[in-house]
Parts: sequence; C-alpha cells; structure tokens
Amino acid sequence: MSGTGGTGRMSGTGGTGGVRDRVHAAEARTGARTGLGRVLRSVLLVVGLPAVLLTAWWVLTDGSTSYFNPPLRTIVGTFGETWFGSPFAESRFVQDVVPSVLRLLAGYGIALVVGVVLGVAIGSSRALRAYAEPVLEFFRAVPPPVMVPILMLFLGIGTSMKIVVIATGCLWPILLNTVEGVRGLDPVLRDTARAYRLGRAATVRHLVLRGASPQIVTGARQALSIGIILMVISEMFAAKDGLGFSIVQFQRSFAIPEMWSGVILLGVVGVLLSLVFRAVTNATLSWYLGYRQSQHGGA
Amino acid sequence: MTGPDGSAAASAAPSGARLDVRGLRKVYPGSGRSGSGRSGRGRSGSGGAGAPVEAISDLTFEVRPGELVCVVGPSGAGKTTLLRCMAGLLPATSGEVVLGESAITGPPEGMAVVLQEYGRSLFPWMTVAQNVELPLKEKRVTRRRRAELVRETLAAVGLGDVDGAYPWQLSGGMQQRVAIARAAAYEPRVLLMDEPFAAVDAQTRFDLEDLVRALWKRLGITVVFVTHDIDEAIYLGERVLVLSARPTVVLEDVEVGLGPDRDQLETRGTAEFARLRTHVYELVQQAKQGVRSLAAARLTHTVGGADV
Amino acid sequence: MSATLPAAVRVWGLGGAGVATLLLVVELVPRLGIVDARYLPPTSQILGALAERLGRAELWTALGQTLTTWFTGLAIALVAGVALGVVIGSVPWLRAVTASTIEFLRPVPSVALIPVAILLYGTGMASTLLLVVYASFWQVLVQVLSGVQDVDPVASDTARSYRFSPLTRIRTLVWPTTLPYAMTGLRLAASVALILTVTGELLIGTPGIGRLLGVAQSSGAVASMYAYVVVAGLLGVAVNLVARALERRTLFWHPSVRGEAVA
Repeated sequence: MSGTGGTGRMSGTGGTGGVRDRVHAAEARTGARTGLGRVLRSVLLVVGLPAVLLTAWWVLTDGSTSYFNPPLRTIVGTFGETWFGSPFAESRFVQDVVPSVLRLLAGYGIALVVGVVLGVAIGSSRALRAYAEPVLEFFRAVPPPVMVPILMLFLGIGTSMKIVVIATGCLWPILLNTVEGVRGLDPVLRDTARAYRLGRAATVRHLVLRGASPQIVTGARQALSIGIILMVISEMFAAKDGLGFSIVQFQRSFAIPEMWSGVILLGVVGVLLSLVFRAVTNATLSWYLGYRQSQHGGA
Repeated sequence: MTGPDGSAAASAAPSGARLDVRGLRKVYPGSGRSGSGRSGRGRSGSGGAGAPVEAISDLTFEVRPGELVCVVGPSGAGKTTLLRCMAGLLPATSGEVVLGESAITGPPEGMAVVLQEYGRSLFPWMTVAQNVELPLKEKRVTRRRRAELVRETLAAVGLGDVDGAYPWQLSGGMQQRVAIARAAAYEPRVLLMDEPFAAVDAQTRFDLEDLVRALWKRLGITVVFVTHDIDEAIYLGERVLVLSARPTVVLEDVEVGLGPDRDQLETRGTAEFARLRTHVYELVQQAKQGVRSLAAARLTHTVGGADV
Repeated sequence: MSATLPAAVRVWGLGGAGVATLLLVVELVPRLGIVDARYLPPTSQILGALAERLGRAELWTALGQTLTTWFTGLAIALVAGVALGVVIGSVPWLRAVTASTIEFLRPVPSVALIPVAILLYGTGMASTLLLVVYASFWQVLVQVLSGVQDVDPVASDTARSYRFSPLTRIRTLVWPTTLPYAMTGLRLAASVALILTVTGELLIGTPGIGRLLGVAQSSGAVASMYAYVVVAGLLGVAVNLVARALERRTLFWHPSVRGEAVA
C-alpha cells in the first residue's frame, strides 16, 4: 500500500483528464457525433426498454378477463382515483402513503444516528470491538421481520412500534459497517491527526467520519432497502393506515386493480427513495470516486 | 522553485527549539506490536510472535535549536521507532525525549511531522488547501492568517496553483510537497521528517532536498531528518547521526563541514563530501554486521582522508 | 489488557464475555422487574423453551422447510443472476439498453409482491420463493455486472486480437474476473434471501420457522417466540459464516481479504 508510487498518476491539476479522455473515446467509437444525436440516443437508451415492456404489458393484458391479471389500462385508470382522490387532504396519498414514508424516515433517521455514534465508539476501541462483535453479529443475523411480533409485545401496534421496528432493522447494517469503516482507517492518517494535535471532536469530524463514510454509506444503502421492507411488513401485521396496510386491504377485499396500483406505487416510492439516497451520497462521496480511480490506475 | 521569494513569511517565524533524547529505550512487547497505529513498516527482524523485541537499546543525543540533523542507519535500525518516540506518537519504555524544557508524553505543541507515506498522510477527502489549513484551524489561527499561511506555504513549495485539487490528483512528489507545506504552515519549532523522499523518483528528490534546506534556513527551525540514504543525509545535514542495527545505539555523531550553502552539483562534487560519504558508508556497513560502537568498527579508509 | 496473553485468546475471551453479558442482562432485567416478564422472559426460560423445542420433530421439520425455501430461492437467483449478468455485461448494447430498467426494478421492494404472490400461488412455498428469488436476484445480477465491467481492457483487447470465440473469452477472461464479484453477490443475496424466507413464512404462512413464530405469537407463548427468534438468529449467523467462508475461498488473493486476515 505504502508504495503506490507516483508513476501512474497525473502530475498536473487536471487529474480527471484521463477519465474524460476515455469517455470521449468511448463516445467517438459508438459514433454519436452530433450533440443532438447524442442526446437523442441517450434518451432512447433510458426510455426504450421500459417503454417496450410497458407497451407489452398493456397490449398483452388488454382485453384480459383474468380476475387476477386485470388489463394495465384498468390499473392505470384506477390509479389516480385510488390514491389521489378528492379532496386531496383525505386521499389515500395523504392518509396512507405520507404516514408510511414519515415512519420510515423517522426509524431510518434514528438508526442512522444511533448506528454511526455507536459504530464510531465501538470501532475506535479494539477491546470494545472484541467484546461487542459476537453479540452484534447475532443481532445482525436475526432476520428483522421476526422482531415485529416481539416488539408488538412491548409497544402494541401503534406508530411507535412501527418506527422502532424500522429502526432496529436498519440499525445493524449501519452499525456494523461503521465499525468496519472506523477499524479500516489508515493508521498513517491517525498518526498525522495525532501529530498535529487534532482534538477529539476534530478527529471524529475530519478523520473518522469522513474516512469511514464509504462504509457508512454502504451500510446505509443496505439499511434503506431493509427499512422499506419493514415499513411494509409492520403495516401488514397490524395497522390502521399506511401503504402496506392499504395494499393488503385491497388484496383481502379482492379489489385487484387497486391492489396492483398499490404495488406499482410502492415500487415508485422505493425507486424515488433510492434516487434521493444516491443524490445525497454522490454529493458527499465525490472525493471517494476520484480517489478510488487514482488508486486503481496507480497501483 | 523556492527562490528568495516569500521571505515575508519569515518575519513571524518562531525560532527552533532544543531537542534532547536521553537514555531512550524502546521494547515492543510480544505478539506483535500492540497499540494502535503502526505504519506497517519495519516489521522485519521481530523474531516470532511471543518474544519481546528490543528496537532501541539506549539512545542519547541532543539537537541544538535551529539545527538540521540527519539520522541514518541500516534498514531495520529502529529509525522509524526513534522518530515516532520523538514525535510523541509512541511511548518510550524508558528514558525521555525533552523538547525545550518539558519531557514529551504525547504529540507536543510546536512540532510538525512529515511521514514517508505521502499518499496516506494527506486526507483524501480534503483539497490541498484544506489539508494545509486543518491543523491551523485546530491551533485556532485566525481565518485571515490561515488563508495567508496556506497561500504562502503552497507558493513556497511551488504548488501555488493547485490549492483546489485533491491530493490523489497529484504526483507523488507533489503530494509530499503538500505534506511539507502543511508542516511549514503549522509554524513548528521542530520539524521531524521520516524518510520523506524514500518513495519519490530521484530527480524530484533533489528538488525536494533543496526545498527542505531552503525552508529550514528561512524558518530557522530545528529539523530532524531520518533517512536510509547516506548521500541525502550528508547533503542535507549539519550533523549526521549514524545508528547501529537493532537494538539501536548511536555509532557516531558526524559533523558535516560543508558550509551553509549547498548545491546539488557542486556540493556533491567536493572532496569533503566524498570523504564523509566514504566514512558514513563504511560505518553503516559495519553497523549491518552488528558492530555496536565506534571503537569496535574497523574502518579501512581512514577518517583523515589522506588519499583524497 | 495483559500483554502476555496471545491476541486470539484475548479476542475470543472478550467476545465470550460480551455474549455472557447479554445472557446475564436478559436474565436479570425481567427478574428485577425492570421489564415485564410477560414481554421478556429471563434467559433461563427462553433457553428452557428452546431446549424443549429442540427435542421435538416440529422444530427440525420447520428448520428443514425454511432451509429448503431459502436454498431453492437462492440457487434460482444465483443461476439466473450469473447467466443474465454475464450475457448482459459482455454485450455493450444490451448493457446500455437494459441499464435504466435494471436501475428501476432493483429498488422495487420485494415485499410489494406479497399480495401478488398470494393471489398467484396461495400460501404454498412458491409464494415465498417468488419473494426470495426477486430480492436476491438483483444482488447477484448487480455484482456480476460490475464484475464483468472490471475485466482488464488490455486483456480484453488481447483476447479480441487473437480472435477468441465468445465462449472462450467468457471462460478464460470474463469468468475469472467476475467470480469474486459473484461470490460477494452470493453473500449479500444469502442474507437477503433468509430475511424474505422468514418474512414469507410470517406473513403468507408458508411452512417454516417463521410460521412457528407466528403461531407462538397468536397463542401467547412468549418464551417460545423468543426461542424461535434465537433459532432464526443462529440460522442467520450460520448462513453468514458459510457465505463469508465461501467468498474468502474464492477471494484469497484479493487485497481486501488479505488485509483483513493480517489485521
């Protein structure tokens, strides 16, 4: 590691020049020469297959009389009125979807804070790590859904139960990845921070959190998908409102097109959340991508 | 690149401090090095898992205020251990390191360190300027003064135009310049350098050596420079401490009479340089074979250097 | 910390102490009345219930069912993910065309499929399998895709200039590069698959540990509930250990693994 050497590096300021060149070369090869052509092509690439698949679904189910498999036309037709019926304030979107997402964000936020704080503490101490690790590994390995019946004992079936379910499920991947990230901090950087007498707060802020951030993000990403699963599951067990609750209600009352519209909406929520997540992490980890690339090229 | 410019920075420059190493001894306990932060180097020679390893046996020397002293020795001589003890990063088993008036127990105020692993001692998530600025923030230097120091020192190491770049976008030599700029901006009274140029190419190395001499002269600080390169030690140092193999003692404290102004071509071509080089080279060879005192060393080329 | 003990003994000792602390706390907290024993029975009762269940065929049958569902789903996801990943990854235009679709479908939560699965397959194993396969498939596929992308361009050009057939290219070039990624995908998929197996058992009622837990819950057998949670957790630990060992075997040369072993 120490001898990555300077041979493969750029010696000037334009460090990302090499990457840009490669991208340009790739574009030149694919033959998209004009700006307009390039834009059109990339739009086509993004939209093309989804459009084909949706059309296929539309056409294949059009005129379907299958009870379980209603035409996409019907599903789309019920979508608006099912979720955004008027008045808007009483629509399912406000009454069910928003509470679900808020519970998810609350539980996820708690897990993030607790996980990172505990992870930094445990990761910074060799003894504490050895002490806590087997127990943490066990809790991480417990499939989070089995905690729902347990937590229902303590907290009933209200909002707090759902938030705690989400928080306990999201906690472990964040916590363990943070521990791993803190453990993996470069000792040379730690020495540097000590030699320049960085205080505890500055060390945590500038060294530990930044240095562990790639692993923290990895854990947070795993936690997000677990959180969505738990958001839905906690509502399927017992609830008065929520996206998962609504979908199950539709299924039990055999309102099939509405159920499908809920499945699609849930998918959209998942996709949107992951887009937000990616935007946030890209902003905080931009240095890491370049750093990785430079290590890759230099080694 | 570090010409007479930027001498304004020297106006507020603190003077160097005295550094005393007294009876320093360091024994690593068995089963590898416990404790955090071994840089991973110098593991060689530690026999097996269980046995304690005596890295430094008994070191006593002093560095006068404002002096530039180089430390050489065979590889595995505990040079890095010595430097880490002096930096307060590693507790000594016995003996002490005294900076100014007070013994060092942890990283002391007024000391800056430049490590060999340039690629790993800079924070990759910070720009060059932020890297230089961070220790100053912690020292509670005012914002205006920080900006001034960052600008001046980066210009002094010839990196005035890359302050917004990330360290990993720079070549190895440039990264080490950033580390040096960070140390200089810190306005230390003592600067410790641990084989800082071991991993940069030869040409860059000459430039960086001149840079260190120039900074040292301008800032008037005390510099301890650890290296395994004999030529580098002689070219840079006012004195060269030659260490024995592990467990380490000082073999000889060599005065370098090359004058205050040095030049890569001329200085290295002088007879005095050649004489010192031969002498130190022989000492290091003897040290490798286990010689632990100057009296026991059999030097075939006499120190007087009648033949040159 | 005494310096004379070998490091491994110290680590194991501390870990053991951590587990002992957990067991002790769970024993004491209900006994001292800090938490109602109806909600959290002491360790001794949980372990008692566990021991009693271990003597019954019911638990072992359920364990077998859970493992069967888990393994079947994982195997299907692995085969499909690797096959599709290698094909899509090796053909640039396929990759470009499918990228957006994959990016869209991947974050769709698998539990969204629960009602659909119930409608299609009732409460049988197939329902849960659908969830398991869907969730773990993406883990494998995404890893394999980045593995194929990681193939050294120089080696790739070399292969092209020697006019390797596509199959030879995959066998000698793409697969060795991709294998470690596939194993990472397998490790991630293994734990996701277990989560969804248990979810399906709990919510859909597919036979297995999860359904036993659900039954215990509705009959108010709290100690048994905890016993099943312990079983599920140990199952998870076993799955993680096996998956990590497998990953390590194929990755022994990789710096991340070597680094971990040293530290």
